Amino acid sequence: MTPIFNEPFLAALLTGAIISALPLILAGLGEQMSERAGVMNIGLEGMMMAGALAGFAATLAGLGVWGGMLAGALVGAAVSVIMVLFCVRQGMNQIIVGIAITLGATGVTSLMHNAWYSRTYPRLDAAEKFALPGLSQIPVLGPGLFTHHPATFAGLLVALVFAYVYRQTFLGLNLASAGEKPDALDAAGIDVTRTRSVAVMVAGAMAGLSGAYMAVIGSGIFVPHMTGGAGYIAIVLAMLARDRPFWVVGGALLFGLCLSATTALQVGGIEVPTDFIQMLPFLAVMAVLVLFGRNARLPRALGQPYHRGQR
Amino acid sequence: MTESTEFISGATPAAPRFGFLLPLGLALLPVLAALVAAGLVLLVLGSDPIEYYAYVVERGLLRWRGLQATVVNMVPLLILGGALIVSFRSGLWNLGIDGQYLLGTLTAGATAPLLAGAFPAVVALPLAMLAGAIAGALWALPPALLRARAGINEVISGLMMSLIAASLTAAAIKLWLKDPTSLEPQTLTLPVEDRLPLLADTDINIGIFIALGVVIAAHVLMMRSATGLRFRILGLNPLAATHAGLGVPRLTLSVLCLSGALGGLAGAVELTGVLGKMQASWHPGYGFAVVPLVFLARMNGWAVIVFVFAFSVLQIGSASAATRLGVPQDFTMVLVGFLLLFLALSEYAGERLRARKV
Repeated sequence: MTPIFNEPFLAALLTGAIISALPLILAGLGEQMSERAGVMNIGLEGMMMAGALAGFAATLAGLGVWGGMLAGALVGAAVSVIMVLFCVRQGMNQIIVGIAITLGATGVTSLMHNAWYSRTYPRLDAAEKFALPGLSQIPVLGPGLFTHHPATFAGLLVALVFAYVYRQTFLGLNLASAGEKPDALDAAGIDVTRTRSVAVMVAGAMAGLSGAYMAVIGSGIFVPHMTGGAGYIAIVLAMLARDRPFWVVGGALLFGLCLSATTALQVGGIEVPTDFIQMLPFLAVMAVLVLFGRNARLPRALGQPYHRGQR
Repeated sequence: MTESTEFISGATPAAPRFGFLLPLGLALLPVLAALVAAGLVLLVLGSDPIEYYAYVVERGLLRWRGLQATVVNMVPLLILGGALIVSFRSGLWNLGIDGQYLLGTLTAGATAPLLAGAFPAVVALPLAMLAGAIAGALWALPPALLRARAGINEVISGLMMSLIAASLTAAAIKLWLKDPTSLEPQTLTLPVEDRLPLLADTDINIGIFIALGVVIAAHVLMMRSATGLRFRILGLNPLAATHAGLGVPRLTLSVLCLSGALGGLAGAVELTGVLGKMQASWHPGYGFAVVPLVFLARMNGWAVIVFVFAFSVLQIGSASAATRLGVPQDFTMVLVGFLLLFLALSEYAGERLRARKV
């Protein structure tokens, strides 16, 4: 064992893994709900950028970390209204509208950053960390895994809420029917459009939250294009996990570990071609597709608009 | 919006004679609306949109130097457009186009300088392009096989292959293909005199003719040939294709590999024409520019040429506007985003109008 695999290194590795995994978890859970209800949300990346800028601006204006997260969620949900109006209500092509949202939001946030921050490059104070009593004292693993901002722990718990909604509530059942057989849901007297709209807006809010987390807690700064494709990784996670929220969490932690390992090894001065490490998570996804792809099954009505009385 | 209703009510009574006006209006209105909406964004953020647009057109279109840059900029976009026409018209989403482009560029970068040392350019460059196209097709093969054999959505696997390609090409250049004489990690350089010949007295190389040829060929293949008809049936209704006795898995493989080969060719043509070498960090991400453009053109090859030209003017113009007027080049994303939204809206409005007439 080389001496760099010491305790501080492991702590930094695990901290980094959780900080890069959390945005993927939040956005992935949102996308999962949207896909479950039959709406493919390719605009996730754009909603994350909008949430990142909103969260950053709100925290900078003195609303604090929680105010920033709330602002991110609200703006993310507001952007997703476009998707509700165009795709859910009018049945337009979800992939086209999704790409439009990603392009538009990425571009607009970049212009706003240029207009507001490009001269001063403001920075937020590092978010205060909270050490879970007891658990954070565990040698080696404790400091990395259990010393984070409270929002991080809250984010991890969201998966429990999603699992509960899917398993135990009528809403969960309605969402699944909206994605599998919307006409059956309609026949049961439940409004398909409303069910799908809820799912899309929850996805928007989660994506906004995820972006705000990146800007406010993750890096403390807003940079154009800062989501860097995380939205697409979240979409992939949601597709692979299908209806299991905990798979999203597990997959995101795996991705987070790979992302964190890249920077940690660089800091540790190890000459591993970082390109290979960056490639690992995507290779893993391909391997999963090749091995288990045959079982991968998406909701039957995914991507299809619902018009009452049409077959 | 009053404009559009006036326009439509004016056109309806004379429908037999001016029937083309409605589709023309439905194509032009979104462009105007997008220019206005994006201009409003500029205005809100404190820039003068009129000044900005005028500057972009002047720099990207009216100046001779800018126009040449615009035409050179079109080359890879057009070839990628051809690749996407083949794929989208067949109902397959080849979103791995960036990966195929990168592999094509890398293969051409690795082979072209060596080939140019051994053969005259007339032989060497086509060979390098062929190699690039083969590399692109091979990179498209895993998603194609997964889709054809196991029915796995090609969108995810394609995006994964693109992300893998970005790291793989960088690693390959750093580890195996690095030019030992250069400080930067990059492939050997193709000497300027061995690159694609330039048109008399310009910066434009003959790659533009290859690119135009590819788009038109892709369009004609899809719309005018028996093979294209089979591909389109696959896209319209895979079940019907099976009933018609078409081998769906084989057609799927052919479509995605052909699209991948064109993606690789785009990289090879750009490398042998302009780049001359591939740097490890080279990752232009053309896919997310070309995919919307092909949608806007409704997968029509001629319209793709028009939209790619307009987009290139915008790109070249906005690049110099970024330094002069202080508006980031990301403005192009805003404009294309609005364009897509308004296009979807006009398509929807058109459907509604047609339905009302019937």
